[in-house]
Amino acid sequence: MSEMSPRWTQDPVLKVENLTMRFGGLTAIDSLSFNVGRGDITALIGPNGAGKTTVFNCVTGFYKPTEGRISLRRGRGVSDAMVDELTTSGNQFSRDGERSVFLLERMSDFKITEVAGVARTFQNIRLFGGMTVLENLLVAQHNRLMAASGYTIFGLLGLPGYRRAAEAAKEKAIFWLSHANLLDRADDPAADLSYGAQRRLEIARAMCTDPVLLCLDEPAAGLNPRESADLNTLIKYIRDEHGVSVLLIEHDMGVVMEISDHVIVLDYGRKISDGTTDAVRSDPKVIAAYLGVDDTEVDEVENDLDHDVAPTPAAPANAEGVRP
Amino acid sequence: MSSFDPTADTTPEGAERQDEERRRAAQGEPPFVEAATPESRLAGSLREAAITAGIVAAITLFFFAFRTEIAIGGLELTVRWPVWLSWIAIAFVGRFLLSFFLYRADRTKASGAAKGARGAAAVGLGKVLAVVFLLIALTLPILLDTLFPSQNRYILDLAILILTYVMLGWGLNIVVGLAGLLDLGYVAFYAVGAYSFALLSQNFGLGFWVCLPMAGLFAALWGLMLGFPVLRLRGDYLAIVTLAFGEIIRVVLLNWADFTGGPNGLLGIPKPTLFGLEFSRGEGSFSDYFGLDYSPIQRFVFLYYIILALALLTNFITLRLRKLPVGRAWEALREDEIACRSLGINTTNVKLTAFATGAMFGGFAGSFFATRQGFISPESFTFMESAIILAIVVLGGLGSQVGVVIASVVMIGGIEMLRNLGVLTDFFGPSFDPTQYRMLFFGLAMVLIMVWKPRGLVSSRSPSAIYKEKKKIGADMVAQGEGH
Amino acid sequence: MEYFLQQLINGITLGSIYGLIAIGYTMVYGIIGMINFAHGEIFMIGSFIALTAFLVLASLGITFLPLVLLIILIVAMGFTALWGWSIERVAYRPLRGSFRLAPLITAIGMSIFLQNFVQVTQGARIKPLPPQITGGVTLLSSSDGIVVQLSTMQMIIIVTTVVLMAGFTTVINRTSLGRQQRACEQDQKMAALLGVNVDRTISLTFVMGAGLAAVAGIMYLLYYGVIDFYIGFLAGVKAFTAAVLGGIGSLPGAMLGGLAIGLIETFWSGYFSVEYKDVAAFSILAIVLIFMPSGLLGRPEVEKV
Repeated sequence: MSEMSPRWTQDPVLKVENLTMRFGGLTAIDSLSFNVGRGDITALIGPNGAGKTTVFNCVTGFYKPTEGRISLRRGRGVSDAMVDELTTSGNQFSRDGERSVFLLERMSDFKITEVAGVARTFQNIRLFGGMTVLENLLVAQHNRLMAASGYTIFGLLGLPGYRRAAEAAKEKAIFWLSHANLLDRADDPAADLSYGAQRRLEIARAMCTDPVLLCLDEPAAGLNPRESADLNTLIKYIRDEHGVSVLLIEHDMGVVMEISDHVIVLDYGRKISDGTTDAVRSDPKVIAAYLGVDDTEVDEVENDLDHDVAPTPAAPANAEGVRP
Repeated sequence: MSSFDPTADTTPEGAERQDEERRRAAQGEPPFVEAATPESRLAGSLREAAITAGIVAAITLFFFAFRTEIAIGGLELTVRWPVWLSWIAIAFVGRFLLSFFLYRADRTKASGAAKGARGAAAVGLGKVLAVVFLLIALTLPILLDTLFPSQNRYILDLAILILTYVMLGWGLNIVVGLAGLLDLGYVAFYAVGAYSFALLSQNFGLGFWVCLPMAGLFAALWGLMLGFPVLRLRGDYLAIVTLAFGEIIRVVLLNWADFTGGPNGLLGIPKPTLFGLEFSRGEGSFSDYFGLDYSPIQRFVFLYYIILALALLTNFITLRLRKLPVGRAWEALREDEIACRSLGINTTNVKLTAFATGAMFGGFAGSFFATRQGFISPESFTFMESAIILAIVVLGGLGSQVGVVIASVVMIGGIEMLRNLGVLTDFFGPSFDPTQYRMLFFGLAMVLIMVWKPRGLVSSRSPSAIYKEKKKIGADMVAQGEGH
Repeated sequence: MEYFLQQLINGITLGSIYGLIAIGYTMVYGIIGMINFAHGEIFMIGSFIALTAFLVLASLGITFLPLVLLIILIVAMGFTALWGWSIERVAYRPLRGSFRLAPLITAIGMSIFLQNFVQVTQGARIKPLPPQITGGVTLLSSSDGIVVQLSTMQMIIIVTTVVLMAGFTTVINRTSLGRQQRACEQDQKMAALLGVNVDRTISLTFVMGAGLAAVAGIMYLLYYGVIDFYIGFLAGVKAFTAAVLGGIGSLPGAMLGGLAIGLIETFWSGYFSVEYKDVAAFSILAIVLIFMPSGLLGRPEVEKV
C-alpha cells in the first residue's frame, strides 16, 4: 500500500454515507459513513450489539435504512458527481459505459444481489439443508439459468440452449466446490456437512451469484483453528483471483488482523476507528471499547495485545498451517 | 470425509435433527403413562387400560349412551347403554393390548445400520412401486375385463375417482410439497376449472378438448390473482387466507344464481369425444365408426384413459420442472426464503409460479370432473375436498410423487372398498352403511398416520442434480416450508 | 335508527359468542404457535352435550330453570374440557416440536373426525330446542312499529361473556398458572428449566379454551335454538378470524375481534345481503392478514435475518 491516501478513499466499491437506522425509539446505527475499497478485504468489527449486522442488513437490502445513502460503484473511476446525479434523478441505478452506480438503499434485497452484484452470507448459516451441496450452488445461479431456460418454456422442451447453460452452471458449481474443498461432498445434503464446511459452502454459494462485493457475516464463528485457516485461504483466493471486494464482520481478531486491508470499528452504532489493521490496533479508543477500560489503562492493555494477538505477516495466528 | 458425524449439534441443522430424533424416540411413549414405576407389566397395562377406559367412558357418555332424535313435539331421548358399554370395553381391551404388547414391551432398539438398510430398501421399493403402479394403470381396463367382468364398471369408476385425486394431489404437491406454501383452498381452482368448462360449453357450445386448456389457463390466472395478495403471509396465516378464498369462491358460486346456476348447479355438460366421435348409440358414434357393439363401458374406458393421460402429464411436467431452475427455486424457497432472496431470487415470482402451476393442474382436473359428472354444483367444492387433497399430499409424504399415489389409493380406494366387506355388515348389522363412516375413518386416518409418521409415507427426497452419485436425502433434513 | 340499534344489539350478542370461541384459538396459538383447527368442533361438541344434558335432566324431572342451567353449565364445561384435554393428548402432544404443518394437519383430521363422530352418533338432522329463556325489555319503539328489544337471553349472553372475560383476564394476569402460561409462550425450554410443567400448562390451556367454547356452545344453543354437527366449522373459522383480527395471542384482542366480526356480519346481513355475510367475514380476514398481520392489539413481528 502506498503512502498516499488509501485505496478506499480513492477508489471505493461501496460508499456508505450518513447511514442511520432506527428501530422504534432505538437508534441502532447513528450517521455512519465508511468506504469499502475496490479489491480490499474490509473488516467491520466492534463489540456485541455495536450494529454490525444491522449495517450488513442495510447494505444487502434486508432492512431499509431510516436515512443515508449507500452507493455501489462498478467499474473504475466513478465520480461522486455521477452518484449525486443519480441521487437526484430518483432512479435506482445508472450506467455509463463500463461504469455503473447503484443506490442500494433504494433497491429491494433480491435486486441488490441480482442487479448490483452484492452477495452475502448469514451469521446463523442459511443453507438449503435438504438440498444437496451441488443443488445449493445451482440455486445460486437461478437468474442466469432462468433466462437460459426461456423462463421454463425452453427448459421444459429440453432445447440445447438451456442444456448448454445448465452444463455451464454445473461446471461453475464444481469449480467453486473444488475451491471450497467440498467436491467430495457434492451429492450430500447440505445439512449433513460439518459446521466449517457449511460456512465454506455458504461462501461458495454466494460466489456463484458473480458478485463484485461479498459480504460475510462472521464467517469464522464457531470454526476450529484449522477450519479458520481454510477459510482465510478461501477469502484471500476470492479477492486475489477473482477481484471481488470483501466486507466482513468478524470477532476472531486472528482472522481480522491476518487478512484485512482495512478495518472499521463500530461501537454503539457509531464509527470509532477506521484505518489499516496497524492503525486500528493501536487506537486507544478501540481498545477501550473492546475491553471497557479507562484510558489510563490503555497503554497497559495495548502492550498485552501486542504480545498476544498481533501476528506478524510471517506467522499467521493459526499456526496449524495454511493449505497451499 | 464422508464418515464424520453429521449430527454435531453445533450446527443449527444438526441440532434440529437431534431434536427430531429425540422426538422420534419419544414417539413410542404412550399417552397417559407416568414415569417408570416399579410395577409389573401386567398391572401397569391394566391400570393404563382402566384410565383410558374411564376417559373414553366420560367423553363418549353424551354421544354413545344418549341419542337425541327428532320426534313429534320436539326431541326425544333414547338411551343406549349397551353401545356405550361396548365402546368402553373396546377402549379397555385396545389400550391394554397396546400397553402390554407395544408400549411396555421390552423393546430392543433397532440399530442405526438396520435403519439405514431399511431406508435404502424403501427407496428401491418406491421405484418398483412406481413401475408397478404405472403398468397396472395402463392395463387396468383389460385386467378388469378379464378378471372381474361383473364389477368392471364399478371398479373402473373408482379408478377414475382415484386418478382424479392423484392428479389433484400432484397439482397441490407443487404448491405444498415443493414450494412449501400451505394452501387450504386448493379446491377453488378445481371449481374454477369445472365451472369454466361448464360455462364455456353452455354459453359458446365449445367441446371438452377446446375448453380443457382454457380451464387450466383460467385456473392459473385465478391462482395468480389470489396468490398475489397473500404471498407476504407466513405459513399458517397463508393457510387460513387460502381457506377463506376457497370459501368465498364457493359462496359466490352458490349465490350468483344467474351465472352459475346457484345451488342447483349446471346440468348437461357435454361428454368428451374422440376426434369428434361420441360415445353413444347410433350413427357417427365411436362404436359405429369402428364397427363395434355399443357398450356403455367404452365411455368409461375412454374417460379412464383421459384422466390417466392428464395425471401422467402432470407427473411428467412436475418431474421435469423439478430439474429446471424454477423447480429448484421452489424447493429452495421451502428450505429458506431469506437465503433465496440473498441469492437474487425474486421470491414473489417464485411463489406465484408455484401457485399458478398448481392451480393450472387443479383446473385441468376440474374440467375433467365436470365432463365426467355431466353436472356440477357448489356442493362438490367444499372445504372438505381441499382437506382431502391436502391429506393425500401430506400422508403420502410432502414432495413425493409415489406417495401421493399410495395415499390416494389407500384413502379413496381403501375407504370405498369398506363398502364391499361383508364382515362389517355381519358385525354391525345389515343396516350398516360404511359410506356413512367414510369421513369418520378419513379423519381418524389423518390423525393416526400423522402421529405415526409425521413426514408421510414416502419421506425421502431425491436430488434434482447429481455430480457423481445419486443419494436419497432423509426426511429429517428436508424443511417443510414456512418454518422460519 | 331503531333498526341500527337492534342490529347493534344482535351484533354484540353474536360477537360475544365468537369472542369466547376466539379465546381458545388465541391462547393455543399463543402458547404452542398452532392453529387448533378442531376448536370449532369443540364448540359444537359443547352445545351437543348441553342439549343432551338438557333432555336427560328433563327426563329426570328436573325442570327448575336456574338449576337446570347451572347443571348444564357445569356438565357441558366439564365434559367439553375433557374432550379438549383428550384431543391435545392424543393428536397434538405426540407432534409437539415436529414441523409446523404436522399439528395443523392432525387438527384438520381431528376436526373431520369429530364432525363425523357427532353426525354418526347423533344423526345428521338439525336438533331444535324450544326457547327456554324468553322475555326481554323493549328499549325503544318508534311510530312506524319498529321496536328495539334487548331480550333476556341477549342480556345473559353479554353479561356472562363480560364476567368470564374479567375472570379469565385475572387468571392470566394474576395467578401462577397464568404466569406459567405466559412463560411457556415466551420460551418453552427455558420455562421447563425453571420448573414449569410445560405439558401440564399446555394441557390446561386446552382445557380452559374448551371450557369457554362449551359456554359459547350453550349460548348458541339457547340463543338460536337449533344446532347440527356442522355448526363448528363456520363458527370456528369466524372465531379464528376474530382472533387474528384482534391480534393473535392477545386475550382482549380476541374479544375485540369477536365483537368486530359479530358486528360486521350482523350489519352486512342487515343492510346488504344475508347470502354474502360469510364473504364479508372472510374478506375481512384476508384484508386484515394482508395489511395488518399483527392485528388490532397484537405485537408486530420483526423478520429476523
